Amino acid sequence: MLRPSIDSPPAYAPRSVSAWGWMPDSLSRIATERSDGAFRRLFEEFGPQIRHYMMRHGADAATAEELAQETLLAVWRKAAQYSAAKGTPATWMFSIARNLRIDRLRREVCWQELSDDVAEGTPSEEAPPDATASEHERQARVQAALSALPDDQRDVVMLAFVEGLAHHAIAERLSLPLGTVKSRLRLAYQKVRAALEDLK
Amino acid sequence: MTVIRHHPDSVTLMSFAAGALAEPLSAACSVHVSMCAQCRGELRDMELVGATLLGSTPMGGGRVAVPVKPRELQLGVHTGDGVGKRNGLPEPLARNYGLVLDEIPWKRLAPGVWQHHLALSRGAQGELYLIKLAPGCRLPLHGHTGAELTVVLTGAFSDASGEFRRGDMQDIDNAIEHQPLGDKEEGCVCLVAAEGPYLLKG
Repeated sequence: MLRPSIDSPPAYAPRSVSAWGWMPDSLSRIATERSDGAFRRLFEEFGPQIRHYMMRHGADAATAEELAQETLLAVWRKAAQYSAAKGTPATWMFSIARNLRIDRLRREVCWQELSDDVAEGTPSEEAPPDATASEHERQARVQAALSALPDDQRDVVMLAFVEGLAHHAIAERLSLPLGTVKSRLRLAYQKVRAALEDLK
Repeated sequence: MTVIRHHPDSVTLMSFAAGALAEPLSAACSVHVSMCAQCRGELRDMELVGATLLGSTPMGGGRVAVPVKPRELQLGVHTGDGVGKRNGLPEPLARNYGLVLDEIPWKRLAPGVWQHHLALSRGAQGELYLIKLAPGCRLPLHGHTGAELTVVLTGAFSDASGEFRRGDMQDIDNAIEHQPLGDKEEGCVCLVAAEGPYLLKG
């Protein structure tokens, strides 16, 4: 089986339950209680993973630590603005980390950041009252779908999301034709989407 | 409400969600997504993939220091600034370039064809520009040396692959040659993001 030729060990634990599974509770607690304990726990639980993410994108240890802190400070500061319409809390944290990485490590404009006017969308796409529960379900479904992917599909998805590699860079890394990389990504996403289909 | 019929390829949107697209291609995705509720939903699901993968990475390397006490932090309250509501351009484009549709300093390329280049970050790969086609005018036949994403901002254009109206995205790669034709009545203004240079055909 072809594996990505990465220096570090595989960055995923395919069968494990996401450590971010408890986030819906945690973030809503942060938003309401805003206690020192919740703040510390945020850093303990998510700090190392965000630092790891930054290091895989080429940050040195000190920069990665700073960017992890900055991500979590942003999460803390903006927790009151969090709404289920923006996706799961884990999604929200990922997008903050990704945006910071693009801004600081790639030093490019972060086009992923949509203004709240746009991101909230029209009333019809506002999250229904039970959105938090169904967002939790979405996360569990995605976790299961990703765990069930064949290695060759999961590898390309990992390289895109965790290392931020463009399609052609993934193709070079794995010595595969570009079309193969795209078709593996497409197959992987079709499975994720199928897993979410009845929650739409 | 605009009905959007042409969307980015799912692998393009995935790369956008992953933060793995070149800057100009990200700009085009951002503009399309700002106009397309369906793709905003897709994007959220794809970001959930990123969140799930990130959440299953190793926890090594010790704790991340807690830099301040939460009470010392100002809580941010975001207020929408309304940029883009009155200037005729989608919000991400208006916000990042401060452009107003009627005041774009167009440069004439050919009869009925105008272009305005948009600056990218230093070191960013590819090109980003606005193109304006007068009603019934065509771009010269060209091919590509990488992905090209086109989002229609006003009017419409068509080529052999179909008709593209406001909000639609044409997502093509280097395999395709085309010759877009501006709508007979309205012409069009489009945002074009190219990964590599054009290959003009005679």
